[in-house]
Amino acid sequence: MKSNPTRPAQPKAKRTSLKVVAGHYILKLYVAGHSPKSANAIVNIKKICEENLQGRYELDVIDLYQQPQLAQGEQIIAIPTLIRKLPLPLRRIIGDLSNTERVLVGLDIRKQA
Amino acid sequence: MTKLKPTPKSKPAPKVKPTAKARPQLPKAPTGIQGLDEITGGGLPKGRPTLVCGGAGCGKTLLAMEFLVRGATELNEPGVFMAFEEAAQDLTQNVASLGFDLKDLVARKKLVLDFVYVERSEIEESGEYDLEGLFIRLGAAIDSIGAKRVVLDTIESLFGGLPNPLILRAELRRLFRWLKDKGVTAIITGERGEGTLTRQGLEEYVSDCVIVLDHRVSEQTSSRRLRVVKYRGSTHGTNEYPFLIDEDGISVLPVTSLGLDHIASSERISSGVARLDAMLGGAGYFRGSSVLVSGTAGTGKTSFAAHFADAACRRGERVLYFSFEESPSQIMRNMHSIGIDLQQWIKKGLLQIHADRPSSAGLEMHLSLKHKLIGIFKPQVVIMDPLNSYVIGDNVVGVQAMLMRLFDFLKMKQITGLFTNLTSGGGVLDHSEVAISSLIDTWLLLRAIDSGGERNRGLAILKSRGMAHSNQMREYLLTDHGVALRDVYVGASGVLTGSARLTQEAQDRAAKMLRKQEIERQQLELQSQHQALEAQIAALRAEFEVQKTASLRITGQEQAQGAQLEQGRLDMGLSRNEDAAAKNPKRGAK
Repeated sequence: MKSNPTRPAQPKAKRTSLKVVAGHYILKLYVAGHSPKSANAIVNIKKICEENLQGRYELDVIDLYQQPQLAQGEQIIAIPTLIRKLPLPLRRIIGDLSNTERVLVGLDIRKQA
Repeated sequence: MTKLKPTPKSKPAPKVKPTAKARPQLPKAPTGIQGLDEITGGGLPKGRPTLVCGGAGCGKTLLAMEFLVRGATELNEPGVFMAFEEAAQDLTQNVASLGFDLKDLVARKKLVLDFVYVERSEIEESGEYDLEGLFIRLGAAIDSIGAKRVVLDTIESLFGGLPNPLILRAELRRLFRWLKDKGVTAIITGERGEGTLTRQGLEEYVSDCVIVLDHRVSEQTSSRRLRVVKYRGSTHGTNEYPFLIDEDGISVLPVTSLGLDHIASSERISSGVARLDAMLGGAGYFRGSSVLVSGTAGTGKTSFAAHFADAACRRGERVLYFSFEESPSQIMRNMHSIGIDLQQWIKKGLLQIHADRPSSAGLEMHLSLKHKLIGIFKPQVVIMDPLNSYVIGDNVVGVQAMLMRLFDFLKMKQITGLFTNLTSGGGVLDHSEVAISSLIDTWLLLRAIDSGGERNRGLAILKSRGMAHSNQMREYLLTDHGVALRDVYVGASGVLTGSARLTQEAQDRAAKMLRKQEIERQQLELQSQHQALEAQIAALRAEFEVQKTASLRITGQEQAQGAQLEQGRLDMGLSRNEDAAAKNPKRGAK
């Protein structure tokens, strides 16, 4: 799960030891190779995270072409899918995340921010 | 989109329709479902998607599941079941009751179950998406076991779970094409929509083969039906066929008979009543014929049926008895009272009695059940008692069609069928209520005869095709030893039965005795007259003898007198010294 084959240079550097800090986000983005939608989604989520969740998020980008078995376990149908693992409840956002407003609402960032 | 696509695997289908030998046939994947392969001429189009649609609870999921299970277990074609509505565990439990062990199949890598969980409330849309995740997921599942069959049940639920139907439509279209490219034989199920086959119009995308399932209720009984609406590149049965879901899964019954080409046997089998056999040309019914025993209430129809069953079991044949009004134990008790022990045949496994109310299921269901039971038990004799129980309300036409199919089926299998029919009192006796008379080969008419304050039973053979039969109306009794036929007294005053017959017979006997005595008296009289005459003759003869003797004596006297006179004259002449001595020297010498 933690492996990140496509984009190793991810904001893991930002990880802090404060896992239980309120407002800490664990996000997973499932993509399929280098399709335009996938590429857009990666760019968009990075931007949103950096602007809104700086320092309190983890983001994994997972390429299902590399790990197709994860699709079943994570109940992925649509690509790209962004899953908010934490904070609970689990949220899913599908699409290339081009609508920033909806992403922020979907991740409950807007209210907190 | 479908026509141009070459089927990736063009191996010949294992089961090809026998009629088209030389022609190239669309490769087909047998479903393994009883009857469905017959209707589709060998199965579903191989390597193509098939749409199975119908309303809720009509058996779509089950049909799809059986397609996979049969493929995995019998045809060595592993399959992937992608469920959008039921979780894998629920699905496993649900079909376990049909004898499908999904856990085992999954463990043996013959089957993959994947439950796609889509919860609308958890999903937010932001920008464009596609269903590549589903493709990857399905592709991984197919590759993991080398699946040849795929079921998507019911993919339309995605429309409820995911936003933006336009994207979904495009993606589904892509999915079906992708499935074709993969070369898997797929079943896609869809819920019936308003005016369309499926809610989302999937039939536009999956157009190679469309099967519609239906579950309809009429007269408070439901029946399931299946119809192949479309089958591109192949002929198929177009009718609605009833199908059955029971502990063995689905069975479809293409039972509408097409022709009358059954072989007619000339073997004769006993009806179980010796004197009835004698009436039927001395040998009984033809094997494989249909026999109808019709009559008013209480005329002993079931007794005749039981006799026939008993006789068949005695010959070592198997008998399947369908009862619609009495329970098995009731039949056995009642038949025991006329000396027929059916229990022994049940114990020996030669007789099976199935009792159910006709209203327990639809006509098609009944037909299907009978087919199934006949297929399993393989009886030589089938008894249905009574047929007219099927007639509920105004379904006579349906009943007739069903019975025609059943009779044809029995004839094809060379099974002798005996059916009873209750004729309502006062109705026309030679008109069966369910209008099946023309389908019947031998028809026995039982009737109650009211006369002299009694009700007696009479039997007549209304018709019996292909054999000489008695035209005599017979009286019969239900005795301790079963049905006993009597000679009906037929006299100048008509047919007499019961005690009227006995009275008449006694009268006849008395008259006969009188006549006999009269003749004896006359004979004696004649004899005495004869003797008198004889005596007279003897007397006359004696008299005659007397007279004859007398006449002889008279003659003798006459002669003696004559001689005396002569002598006298001679003596006188001598004494007178006549010269007569010269004339008669002799006498003179004397």
